[in-house]
Amino acid sequence: MTRFGLLMSAALLSASGVFAGTVHPTNVDFVDGAIEVSLSGMPGDPENGAVLMNKGAGNCIACHAVSQLSDLPFHGEIGPMLDGVADRWSEAELRGIIADAKQMFDGTMMPSFYKTEGFIRLGDAYTGDAHAGDVQPLLTAQEVEDVVAYLKTLTDE
Amino acid sequence: MRTKTSMRLGVGLAAASVFAMAACADPDDDQLVVNEEIEMITEAAAPDHMERVRTIYSGWRFRSDETQAVQMDDFDNPAMIWVDAAAEVWETADGTEGNSCASCHESVDSMEGVRAVYPKWNEAAGEVRTLEMQVNDCRENQMGAEPWKYDGGDMTNMVALISSVSRGLPVNVAIDGPAQSTWEQGKDLYYTRFGQLELSCANCHEDSYGLHIRSDHLSQGQINGFPTYRLKNTKLNSVHSRFKGCIRDTRAHTFAPGSPEFVALELYVASRGNGLSVEGPSVRN
Ligand code: HEC
Ligand code: HEC
Repeated sequence: MTRFGLLMSAALLSASGVFAGTVHPTNVDFVDGAIEVSLSGMPGDPENGAVLMNKGAGNCIACHAVSQLSDLPFHGEIGPMLDGVADRWSEAELRGIIADAKQMFDGTMMPSFYKTEGFIRLGDAYTGDAHAGDVQPLLTAQEVEDVVAYLKTLTDE
Repeated sequence: MRTKTSMRLGVGLAAASVFAMAACADPDDDQLVVNEEIEMITEAAAPDHMERVRTIYSGWRFRSDETQAVQMDDFDNPAMIWVDAAAEVWETADGTEGNSCASCHESVDSMEGVRAVYPKWNEAAGEVRTLEMQVNDCRENQMGAEPWKYDGGDMTNMVALISSVSRGLPVNVAIDGPAQSTWEQGKDLYYTRFGQLELSCANCHEDSYGLHIRSDHLSQGQINGFPTYRLKNTKLNSVHSRFKGCIRDTRAHTFAPGSPEFVALELYVASRGNGLSVEGPSVRN
């Protein structure tokens, strides 16, 4: 393969968020709502996780308050406050809750961030138009890991 | 009804947008009286068909004092500009028949009570009709005029004018008899979890009203105040435009304004407000 070809395929791979160790959203093994293994096969980056709590497809603080992120305006009140959440849930449970909270909490309002099937009238992001083509989960495998890594820093000590 | 001059609202508006984000919790206890004259029912016992809500509240009760104030006087309410514009259109002939609305209905005061009972079953047409559908039926069949765009400016202004003469009267849409199957369809839609976020109207407006979702203080999503002047987009907003916006925000493929789905949803949501006053045109953020 030429150098250009290598670069291209690397770019394609990362654009679709697919890496060798990645578990596809339709292949995730839930055990009692938890997921044991890293979805990307890699450790998470807590700093990027903190960014995702605020912005983009994560936007967790739309529904949850986190004292540590109090410099960001307007934390929501829909879900429980996430302070000390790492004392309440294991890493595997946190991963499961983020990937598909409905497996842990029946009928919960929390969106499923690592899921690609079973939607009703799936739209093309926030355009209001119909979605066409492959469905991407709200967060990539690595982004889920990043958020998990961030949540693991939320202990009460 | 008082009509307004546009000069005075600049002040009220600027003040309102600064404070629109102020935090609050449950619906507040404020009383809504418009023009020191129209007493609005903003809280009522939920209609019998609502199984999971005991008390219904107007969206006005969830807004900040500053936003609330803009609706309390027609001189401050920016929506009244468009009500005035529609009052002129009311008198203006259009179409092949040489008719205006006034040719058949005389003064717009003859529309008192109409907003409160729409959407409504139309026996001749064999369908549930929204006010917009009825207006376009008059335009096409009585006036020989082109129908207006369902959620366009002309239409929303006219609906605001027609609503304004029912302000204070309790919403009272019929959900039984021939309207029932449409109502059931609307109810199904209300509880359907749409889009990639899998959120239903009920998730936000039945299970979570009074709570904040990011900076938004969730109301019960009532439509007694429509059309609504929103500080956010500084225009009049129709019911179906709002439905579209809320469904779009779930990352879903929305329905079109005027679609059978939104007509059914409107009947259902209107019926959840039976007992609240007609407030349209109201002011929200
Ligand atoms: C639309 C609302 C909403 C969003 C967005 C949301 N959540 Fe939640 N979350 C909830 C609700 C509601 C619960 C409570 C579970 C239930 O329904 O019983 C919850 C529960 C949780 C829990 C368990 C908390 C505990 O103390 O038991 C964690 C952890 C969590 N969410 C993390 C996240 C993260 C991380 C994100 C973003 C990637 C997120 N949530 C986005 C609504 C939301
Ligand atoms: C993700 C949350 C969410 C969902 C789902 C949602 N809405 Fe809303 N809705 C909002 C927010 C936020 C507002 C603005 C604050 C308020 O009035 O509640 C709003 C406002 C409204 C209003 C204006 C209320 C007023 O007083 O002016 C109506 C009507 C409404 N929604 C109806 C609906 C309907 C019908 C559905 C389902 C098709 C729906 N909403 C789904 C979040 C949501």
